Amino acid sequence: MNFSSGRGSMPITSSSAAWKPADAATDQFPAGLRVLVVDDDPTCLMILEKMLRTCLYEVTKCNRAETALSVLRENKNGFDIVISDVHMPDMDGFKLLEHIGLEMDLPVIMMSADDGKHVVMKGVTHGACDYLIKPVRIEALKNIWQHVVRKRKNEWKDFEQSGSVEEVDRQPKQSEDADYSSSANEGNWRGSKKRKDDEEETDERDDTSTLKKARVVWSVELHQQFVVAVNQLGIDKAVPKKILELMNVPGLTRENVASHLQKYRLYLRRLSGVSLHQSNLNPFISTQDAAFGPLSSLNGLDLQALAATGQLPSQGLARQQAAGLGRPTAKSSIPMTLVDQRNIFSFENPKLRFGEGQQQHTNNKQQINLLHGIPTNMDPKQLASLQQTAQSIGNMNMQVASHGAQNNQNNSLVMQMGQPQSRGLILGDSTVSHTPRLLSSVGQPILSNGMASSVASRDGIPEHIGALGCNPISQASSMPNFPMNHTSDLPGNSFPLESTPGVSSFASKGAYQEDVSLEIIGSGGFVPSYDIFDDLNQHKPQNWELQNVGMTFEAPQHSSSLQGNPDLAQSVLVQQGFPSGQKNGHNRSAGVVSKAMFSA
Amino acid sequence: MEVVQIQRTLMDYTKSLFMEGLLDSQFLQLQQLQDESNPDFVVEVVSLFFDDSEKLLNELTIALDQPSVDFKKVDSYVHQLKGSSSSIGAQRVKNACVAFRNFCQVQNIEGCLTCLQQVKQEYYLVKNKLETLFRLEQQIVTSGGSIPMIEMGF
Repeated sequence: MNFSSGRGSMPITSSSAAWKPADAATDQFPAGLRVLVVDDDPTCLMILEKMLRTCLYEVTKCNRAETALSVLRENKNGFDIVISDVHMPDMDGFKLLEHIGLEMDLPVIMMSADDGKHVVMKGVTHGACDYLIKPVRIEALKNIWQHVVRKRKNEWKDFEQSGSVEEVDRQPKQSEDADYSSSANEGNWRGSKKRKDDEEETDERDDTSTLKKARVVWSVELHQQFVVAVNQLGIDKAVPKKILELMNVPGLTRENVASHLQKYRLYLRRLSGVSLHQSNLNPFISTQDAAFGPLSSLNGLDLQALAATGQLPSQGLARQQAAGLGRPTAKSSIPMTLVDQRNIFSFENPKLRFGEGQQQHTNNKQQINLLHGIPTNMDPKQLASLQQTAQSIGNMNMQVASHGAQNNQNNSLVMQMGQPQSRGLILGDSTVSHTPRLLSSVGQPILSNGMASSVASRDGIPEHIGALGCNPISQASSMPNFPMNHTSDLPGNSFPLESTPGVSSFASKGAYQEDVSLEIIGSGGFVPSYDIFDDLNQHKPQNWELQNVGMTFEAPQHSSSLQGNPDLAQSVLVQQGFPSGQKNGHNRSAGVVSKAMFSA
Repeated sequence: MEVVQIQRTLMDYTKSLFMEGLLDSQFLQLQQLQDESNPDFVVEVVSLFFDDSEKLLNELTIALDQPSVDFKKVDSYVHQLKGSSSSIGAQRVKNACVAFRNFCQVQNIEGCLTCLQQVKQEYYLVKNKLETLFRLEQQIVTSGGSIPMIEMGF
């Protein structure tokens, strides 16, 4: 390793260890935590590096902020946390902090010899997760992993915020995380988790729910249990009391089940109506949380449905992306997280088209491709913004993905929702002209339903597109799932798919057989999904259309329509706990979307 | 000299540096970071500190010598020096920097010049002492002994 001995001379980055896959350190968490340390003072840099290595972290050091940023950009998922000095010659530490928050959404710790209150406050306001005063002692560094875990936990939480309470112990989900969070969970919570499951759920209800207190969080697992119980009883005979008994979840009340059941019923009804609500892709975008993994499967499907309908105007996508992006803590794009890493990558590859979910983790750069295939309606500005958002989304995806989120196919499904247009975006077919192609293919069935007008308008497509954009629609799933979106009653409860594996799960849902054609998932192109549209068309396409129109197509009405059709938004969003960054109140939809995802 | 004697000398010498406030517990942290994988860690870091500090002191001298002093720049240099000196435990240097910054903030050129002198003085002093310390350590090592860990009552 080498490091510059001069301050302000060439930027130097050195790695203390070769990059190891995140998984490698899972069991030894926090050992192996990948830290990037930025400081123009070579003495401090060296000391910090040594200290961090003593803590068994993987350290990369930079003496310039610009270098640090490029390193981070090149290795989107290569780091877990960043430690940066405040005073640096080439860039203010706070500025770097902002960039990192926006682009990569990593936890950042500021440090300085300056312990003045205003500086520390600045750190707080800029979103630093901690502030260390120099000289830094090794004890202070030993605990930095907590910020990584906390951030991930919060992302999950946010995801759920739209309507459901999070279950603290999402052990299964967490254990899927490739890196530390799962280790941390295992290490710290394993024993206690199970025991405290109930307690925590109760606590969570009170503490974490942003909505009313004592609100139950319908996590993916919980919902799955619910669905299992309902199916066992038979949808007609499923009464809350019996469901509750079957589920046998301590702390769950009949009322919880009853309200959830109501929503579920509406969801099912919507599904059969096969209406695609793409309105709220936003939620997707916002929920980056890995936690969404399981949910994402549902979401993915919805997205695909949405995408399939091609109703999401590019603008919407852009907006969504914009909405979803740019939040330091925000979930930059829900779809991203949910989407399988593979899906994310499909963005990057314009050629990939939809089914390609290749996992190109590191191609954030290609994010730009997202904008490809943007509907021609998009004007350059939007395109540009989309690109940006796409990029950030891509970045974020990377981030999210790297969090060991459950990057499963489901995730990708979520993305899929982005409608064909979004797909175009995601794929980044660099030419807007692609979109028309997409549209035609996708929109055809839809158009036949008279949607054509709406499709064409594309104006209204709200952010959803953005959300969709994030996901390589390749997973394309059958949009039919979207019908669920219609229900406004799904305040963001997520109806996790019973079977995780992406689209296939839809197929298995008896009630929605017709929707099952969603099998598109994973296919190379989304074309297959169009079959669904035929089905969809048969099912009250108008509803969908109307709703969609309201939600997505009419740009001017966009916000109002969205407001007016919370369900639409919700259904589209699938993602719960949509980040506040959502525009047009899509937040709610985020929650709904997840529900929509369920395909039963 | 026998190794044991050198070791004792080293211990006493190091202790005196702490007693006099030239070094603080941060230096101990550095020593504790040193291990087999990095047996010269302390020497390396301190050498880095020396190089860096001398550059800074030069810059400071030049900056304060200007007809129109850029206090922001001066302050930034002093801040850096403060940071690095505190990181290796050069307590008196750090304290001198703190005083220096105060004068920068009020843009008192005379005060700054005095402080610069102070900082330089402290710096060369601690540099000298540390070099002696390292020499003692080196002697021990070449004589086949091991460097004793300082147990301070901090």
